Amino acid sequence: MKLPDEHKLAKRKMRGQAIAFWIFRILSYAIIAILFSILSFIIYKGASSISWGFITKMPEEGMTKGGIYPAIIGTLCLVAGSMIFAFPVGVLAAIYMNEYVKDGIIKKIIKQMTNNLAGIPSIVFGLFGMSLFVNKLGFGDSILAGSLTLGLLALPVVIRTTEEVLKAVDNTFRHASLGLGASKWETTSKVVLPIAFPNIITGLILSIGRVSGETAPILFTVAAYFLPKLPTSVFDQAMALPYHLYVLSTSGTNIEESRPVAYGTALVLIIIVLIANLLANGLRKYFGRKVKMN
Amino acid sequence: MKPFYKKFSEKFIEGLLMISGTVTSLTVVLIVFFLFKEGIGVFDQKPTENGYVIAVSKTNPLSKVAPEDIKNIYDQKITHWNEVGGKPDSIILFRLEDISNYYSDEAIGENFEGLAGCISRLTDSLPGIIAFFPEKYLDKDFKGKVLDVDKVSLSGFFMGKEWFPTAQPSAQLGVMPLVLGTLWVSLGAILLALPLGLAASVYMSEIANERVRRIMKPLIELLAGIPSVVYGFFGLVIIVPLIQETFNLPVGETGLAGSIVLGIMALPTIITISEDAMRNTPRAMKEASLALGASKWQTIYKVVVPYSISGITAGAILGIGRAIGETMAVLMVTGNAAVIPHSILEPVRTIPATIAAELGEAPSGGLHYKALFALGCILFLITLFINLSVEFITGRKKYNKH
Repeated sequence: MKLPDEHKLAKRKMRGQAIAFWIFRILSYAIIAILFSILSFIIYKGASSISWGFITKMPEEGMTKGGIYPAIIGTLCLVAGSMIFAFPVGVLAAIYMNEYVKDGIIKKIIKQMTNNLAGIPSIVFGLFGMSLFVNKLGFGDSILAGSLTLGLLALPVVIRTTEEVLKAVDNTFRHASLGLGASKWETTSKVVLPIAFPNIITGLILSIGRVSGETAPILFTVAAYFLPKLPTSVFDQAMALPYHLYVLSTSGTNIEESRPVAYGTALVLIIIVLIANLLANGLRKYFGRKVKMN
Repeated sequence: MKPFYKKFSEKFIEGLLMISGTVTSLTVVLIVFFLFKEGIGVFDQKPTENGYVIAVSKTNPLSKVAPEDIKNIYDQKITHWNEVGGKPDSIILFRLEDISNYYSDEAIGENFEGLAGCISRLTDSLPGIIAFFPEKYLDKDFKGKVLDVDKVSLSGFFMGKEWFPTAQPSAQLGVMPLVLGTLWVSLGAILLALPLGLAASVYMSEIANERVRRIMKPLIELLAGIPSVVYGFFGLVIIVPLIQETFNLPVGETGLAGSIVLGIMALPTIITISEDAMRNTPRAMKEASLALGASKWQTIYKVVVPYSISGITAGAILGIGRAIGETMAVLMVTGNAAVIPHSILEPVRTIPATIAAELGEAPSGGLHYKALFALGCILFLITLFINLSVEFITGRKKYNKH
């Protein structure tokens, strides 16, 4: 008498599980579908505007025709500038955190501050960059001010990824090196860093992907609506891809006519992010060890 | 024995590392300093434009006036002086361009040399007048009375329901509509993103096999990597027209559009963090549950989810944080009307979008500029609070584990 009942119960249990799992599966695939619909829409619409001329020519006729060359150059300058600042500082800071400072109050404070910095919204970085670099230090709207602002934004990303990588280096390497009489810095620079280097580069690539798409921090520190010529020094304003897309799609004088250029610009941005992600993933796989990005 | 220079260079390098280590802390301190220095300055300023005065007749008993009242007077919502504590006279509005209604061109003079005298006589002759004019036209022996305008007050700033930072003669700086707009849009975003995000993290950590997981993980990372301006653009050309058609609205730029875009953007944060938390559930716990006869699904909602609830909460809170701080996407799709929203189908304006849209036009150091920095302070405090609460929630768990 008891057995069939239990059987029924078990069956109901399994049916509930099957339904729940299917719902989860469908919702998960829906997220992937959202991602692909965004990507394919931009690629589909943007592909027809992209040509060699599009990435090597100046904008023409009120930015409704021609290329986006100056915006690409501007973004390259900003990415290079921010990384020249953020990469060495970030890696050194991570080395300090992981290899030098002992567990305690100082480490806790630095860690907390880095987390706080990572949580600050990008527009607040824009405000800060404007009041410190543009106004206080008198750089004006310039590549220098924009790069430093973006660099500060990227700093926590570089520090976190580098720290993860350094943590993954086995302690036996350090002990062996120290045991042979090497100093702390010799151990770090000749043993730990070479092992960790490939994955540190992965972090660098990911931060490049992030920095190249940021708009809010450069709104008031460097970005120009339109410039007839390329920047010649770090104190010049520059156009930038994300800002270009923003003005083309919202505040341009003829939004409808400039749509093809906007789609093309969006596609270039997407391509940069795709390349950065693919490269980073490829490197990760190639070097085996995994870098966690949170 | 190590040579001296070697010891020295070790110390030098350690110093260099230490300096790099403190850069983030220094940056946070500097951000706080600059943000609050400018932001607090807003409470030290009068909401009327610099170099302008507001004057009334000498017979008017008022000596002070609140910024809200000035606006209501000039909007003709207040038409009699007794409504603001004066005599029952009706109010006569006077702006500089109205001068030709009262005096001829000859009296004013070709280069406005007679203007100051005219204004002085006018305020004397009309008991109900309120005059708003540049300070340079204030006569030396002015026969009227210059009103003292209240400074921007804390309560007016935080409780004010109107945000018109460039309104004449008195700016209205009430952040209520912006704060509510921000919370409104973020709340909508998290309501959309949380069910999807949780489902995906359960699926990835407990249901899907390793191969599917290995494909999904980078895709979720890619979703996080798409620049916000591209999301905004996508929202503008796809989601906004869709909402406009579906709900038959005059404009599609609504709070709902913002919530949808922000929801998509918050997904990776929620998924990554809660998936991590779920995968940290000890194997022994899950196996014990399964061995007792629980199904996989029962194990998930009775063991895995309760165990990782702090991580899931952290993911949800950080998702909200991401939505609150997001600028460009929201700026492009929400329509930016600075009014307190009543439904999700109305345009709203968030704090970050306000800063991004207005800072370019605000003259450096002015009232508007400082008000925008004060908004930045509010934003900073909200995100700081979010970060600290996440720290608190996840911190407890970590201590349990070790």
